[in-house]
Amino acid sequence: MSTTTIAATIARPSLTRLTAVELRKMSDTRAGFWLLLSTVGLAVAAVVILGFAGDAEDHTLREMLSVATAPVVVLLPVVGILVVSSEWSQRTSLLTFTLVPHRSRVLAAKLLAGVVLSLAALQACIAIALLGTAIADPGVAGTWSLPAWMLGQTTVYVVTSMITGIAFGAMLLSSAPAIVLYFALPLAWTALGSLAFLETAARWLDGARSLAPMTDELISTTQWARAGTTLAVWMLLPLLIGLWRVTRGDVR
Amino acid sequence: MARRPWSRPLAIPILLAMIEAHSLTKRLGGRTVVDDVSFRCGPGTVTGFLGPNGAGKTTTMRMLCGLLDADAGAATVLGGRYRELPNPGRRVGILLDAAAQPGGRRGQEALGVSAQTMAVDERRVGELLELVGLDRAAARKRVRQYSLGMRQRLGLAHALLGDPEVLILDEPANGLDPEGMRWMRRLLRDFADRGGTVLLSSHLLYEVEAIADRLVIIGGGRIAAQGSRADLLAGAGTLAEASDEAALLAALDAAGLPARAQADGGFIVDAEPEDVGRAALAGDVALTRLGPSEGAGLEQLFFDLTTSVPDAAPAEFMEAIR
Repeated sequence: MSTTTIAATIARPSLTRLTAVELRKMSDTRAGFWLLLSTVGLAVAAVVILGFAGDAEDHTLREMLSVATAPVVVLLPVVGILVVSSEWSQRTSLLTFTLVPHRSRVLAAKLLAGVVLSLAALQACIAIALLGTAIADPGVAGTWSLPAWMLGQTTVYVVTSMITGIAFGAMLLSSAPAIVLYFALPLAWTALGSLAFLETAARWLDGARSLAPMTDELISTTQWARAGTTLAVWMLLPLLIGLWRVTRGDVR
Repeated sequence: MARRPWSRPLAIPILLAMIEAHSLTKRLGGRTVVDDVSFRCGPGTVTGFLGPNGAGKTTTMRMLCGLLDADAGAATVLGGRYRELPNPGRRVGILLDAAAQPGGRRGQEALGVSAQTMAVDERRVGELLELVGLDRAAARKRVRQYSLGMRQRLGLAHALLGDPEVLILDEPANGLDPEGMRWMRRLLRDFADRGGTVLLSSHLLYEVEAIADRLVIIGGGRIAAQGSRADLLAGAGTLAEASDEAALLAALDAAGLPARAQADGGFIVDAEPEDVGRAALAGDVALTRLGPSEGAGLEQLFFDLTTSVPDAAPAEFMEAIR
C-alpha cells in the first residue's frame, strides 16, 4: 500500500505474462498433466510400434514423424478445450476476469499458449522420430530426408488442430460437450461425406480428407484451398462464436 | 475536541469514496434485480452489505467488479471503473464465490497462478496460506478436497494476495466455523484500521453486526436502510419481554405506548426503557427483560425484508420448473 509499490502495481500484465500463466494452467491440473504425458507417451509408442511392425522403407524420418504427430493432433486439442471450458464449468473465470478484466486478452493468451504448446509438442515429436529412426537404422535411400514442405505442413496441421480445440472450448464453454462434439462431429461428417451427394462438399469440409494429408504428401494449391475452407468452418467459425460468448457472456 | 453527536452524519458525504455505487440498476430476465442502489465506502471502514438471499447483493458486487454491466447508474472503485484499473488484483482484493475455485489444482498452485498473473512474488503465497490458517498439508491438497470453510480461507488468501487497498467480499463468512469467523473479523478489522476499505456481504445480520462500521441493508433490489452501525442501532426503541405477553401488551396499550410484537417473543416499544418500566408497573406485569432494543430493531427490519421474499419465490419457482 506504500507509494513506492504504486509504480509496479500500475503496470498491466503483459500478453507474454498472461501466455506464460495459461501455459502453466495447461499443465498444473491432474487432467492437463496426464494428457500431456500421455500425448508424449503415445508418440513414443507409435514410433516404437512402427519400428517393430513396419518394413525398412517405413522407418524413415518422414514416416516416423508422421506417426509420432498423430497422437498429438488427437490429444493436444483436448488440453486446449479444457483450458477454456474448465474455467467456465469450475467458474474460475470469476477469478481470471477480475484479475484481467479485458476478456479478449485472456482468450488471446490462451491461443498463444496453445500455439507455443503445440510447437513444443512438435519439437518433441521430431526428437522422438529422430531417435526412432536412429535406432531402427533402416539404411534405405532418403532415411534422414525431411523436406521443408513436410515440416511446414505438419506444423500447420498440429497448430491448427490445437486452435480448433481452444475454439470448441470457447464456443461451448463446457468440457464434456466440447470434447464429445470435437471428436463426434468430424466423425459424423466423415460418415455423411461418404454418401454420394455429399461427396463434393466433404472434399472441402471434411478434415479427415482435407487436413490429414498434410503429414503425408506435398499439398497442391487446390488442396490448400480445401484445407483453408475446412479450417474456416471448423476452426475460425467456432473461434468467433467463442470470442463473442467469452467476452459478452455472463460469468455465473 | 469531543465530537458532537451531530457531526457524525455530516462527516459521511465528504468521505473519500473508495467504492461507490451510484444509482445502480440492473434488470435480468425482465426483473429489476438491483434498483437504484447508491452507497459509498470510505477508507478505514468496514461496510456490511446485508440482505436476504436474492436481494441483489451479488449482482451489485458483480457490477462493482466489472463482471456485469449496469443498465443504469455507475459503479466505481478507487475513483474509476474497475475495468480501467491496469492491474486490478494489486489494488482490489475480490472474493465473489468461494466455490468457484480450480478443483484440480493444489491450494498453493491455485494461488501461484494468480500471483504470476498479477506479478506478485510467489513467496507471498506461502505467507498468505499461513495467514489464513491453511497449513502445509492443506496447501498441497487439491482444492477439490477442500471443505467450504477451507475454500473461504483460500478465497480470502486470494483476495489479499495482491496487497490491495480495497476488499470486496461476497459472503466470506459462509461455511466458516465460529473460530474462523472470529479470526476473519480480526483480519478485516485490522485491514480497515490500516486504512483499507472493506465491503462484505452477508445474509446473516449477526455475521456483519460485529465487524461492520457501516451497514447497507438491501431487500428486493432496493436499499432499505443504510448508515453507521451506531446510528442504525440507536433510536430503535426499547425491547421488553414478559412471561405474560398479553398482560404486557395491555399495560403498554393502557399507557399509550406503541408496541410491535417481535417474531421471537417480546415487544419493541417506541419509548424509553423507563416509560416502559412504569407502564409495566402500572399494569402489574413482571418484566423478564427490559432494555434498549439495540440490534432488535435492526433484526426486525431485516426479518421483514426476509419474510417478504417468500411471496416472490413461488412465482420464480414456478417459472423455473415450467
